[in-house]
Amino acid sequence: MRRLPANFLLGAVLVSLVVGVAALSLIWTPHDPQTMSISTKFAPPSAEHWLGTDQLGRDVVAQLMAAARNSMTVALVAVLLGGSIGVALGLLASALGGWVEDGVMRLADLGFAFPALLFAIMLAAVFGPSLTNAVLAISFINIPIFARVTRASANQIWTRDYVAAARAAGRGRFAISRDHILPNIAAAIIVQATIEFAVAILAEAALSYLGLGAQPPASSWGRMLSEAQTLMYLAPQLAIYPGLCIVVAVLGFGLLGDGLRDITDPRLARAR
Amino acid sequence: MAYFLFRRTLGFVLTLLAVSVVVFAVMNVLPGDPALTILGMDASEDALAALREQLGLNAPLVTRYVSWVWNALQGDFGISHSFRVPVSELISERLPMTISLAVAGMLVTLVLALSLGITAAAQHGRAGDWGVMFLSQLGIAVPAFWLSILLVMLFAVKLRWLPPGGFAGWDDPVAALRSLILPTVALALVQSAVLARVTRSSALEVMRQDFVRTARASGLSHRRILWRHVLPNALVPIVTIVGMQFAALVTGTIVIENVFYLPGLGRLIFQSIANRDLPTVQALVMLFAAIVVTANFVVDLLYVVIDPRLKARA
Repeated sequence: MRRLPANFLLGAVLVSLVVGVAALSLIWTPHDPQTMSISTKFAPPSAEHWLGTDQLGRDVVAQLMAAARNSMTVALVAVLLGGSIGVALGLLASALGGWVEDGVMRLADLGFAFPALLFAIMLAAVFGPSLTNAVLAISFINIPIFARVTRASANQIWTRDYVAAARAAGRGRFAISRDHILPNIAAAIIVQATIEFAVAILAEAALSYLGLGAQPPASSWGRMLSEAQTLMYLAPQLAIYPGLCIVVAVLGFGLLGDGLRDITDPRLARAR
Repeated sequence: MAYFLFRRTLGFVLTLLAVSVVVFAVMNVLPGDPALTILGMDASEDALAALREQLGLNAPLVTRYVSWVWNALQGDFGISHSFRVPVSELISERLPMTISLAVAGMLVTLVLALSLGITAAAQHGRAGDWGVMFLSQLGIAVPAFWLSILLVMLFAVKLRWLPPGGFAGWDDPVAALRSLILPTVALALVQSAVLARVTRSSALEVMRQDFVRTARASGLSHRRILWRHVLPNALVPIVTIVGMQFAALVTGTIVIENVFYLPGLGRLIFQSIANRDLPTVQALVMLFAAIVVTANFVVDLLYVVIDPRLKARA
């Protein structure tokens, strides 16, 4: 068996760690993440509070764990939602070609004019800031990304002999897209999804930091950092842990995505 | 060439128009009453009706869109509700801050990324290469706002070398520059992480080609080959990424201005959201999106300058 690339292994370890902690927080956290206790605010790390407590006496570890769960949920929903719309559009463009393909690709170009933050800003201005708006904004920017990747990969598969055979056998464009194109471009889509998962975690953190994402009392690494920023003279340690969590999660999914690409596309790996 | 310019310019104008439709649609067509958003739930029916009239909300959508675009083209973005001055005035007051930050950030990014990327490529497979690659992988994962907080904690809170945030104006240029150092570094470090990787792989690609071997064989110095022969030929992919990064950089200034309390457009946009100042938000979102589209357009034109072969094909 071929040796797995180092980036894949390291990425897999980090991702397992983050996802494991997020899953664990569903059934167990050392304390309730929301329970306040003013008498024990800014407690130093101890056997009771492993990383101490924040300005309201809430347990930092419990909050980090709950935030991991929220971050994973947001990224998962955003990538699934934006990804499936994007993949569907890309398949459609590739299957029909002509003006449909042109139209979809121009729409995708248009999507790139709006970074997630701008979209979230518009939604927040109209509906008020909320986590749902943040998820929608992150989903939205995923649509053109997946549409492009899908179309580019699908166009290659459409030139294959087995697709020509299927067409000769009288199968329709949509059936071919479903049964022959999609399974053969799944690897490229999964690689992209892993990388976009990392991007979504970063985006959620930034939006929540700016107040456009998770609203109190929901735990979020980004929100914890914006609270910690006002306290950096008093309790600088509170500004360290959530940032480290973001880095571990983003690094993990980024490395995993790179590693998956090296495995599924050895041609690319050799070229690098 | 003329046809190429014409097609690209037409595409650019059409994209801008489409962007304006999207911005207008999201801000105006989605369910929700701007007057209610601005005045709040407990506003009287009369006040709501008066504001709707003042905002021109009673006119048909298409009329409102056309007059918004028409006025915007003449530099009139309407009146800000919260500041009670023309939005264009607010923008021109704050534009210099955002532009300085973006330009300084881009310059530092280019210098850092090109030198790190080329160094890594020259050191391919050795310690320097691994170091640069590791740093850039890390840099991509570090959120700019967290890096900012860390920089403030080190250089402002602990060492007291630089101010933690805020901006006193351009009257004292030294103080102004000092308050821009940390924001610029925070903005540039994250951006250059991405660009350094692209520079490295693009340079490696070029270094494998015959003309580099010829240059080496003819006895040119290593340094001269790297900067005179490899870098210019590696520029096309680099410029593509720079163009795409401009979107990230623009978004970046919005975040960074809020971290460091800098009075630029990014800070204004958040004040406007908090004040429910929809005309200002709409104008600023349009402006930022237009900057991104323009950057992509400029990159398209730059290709031809960088790679004259494309001119023949175009």
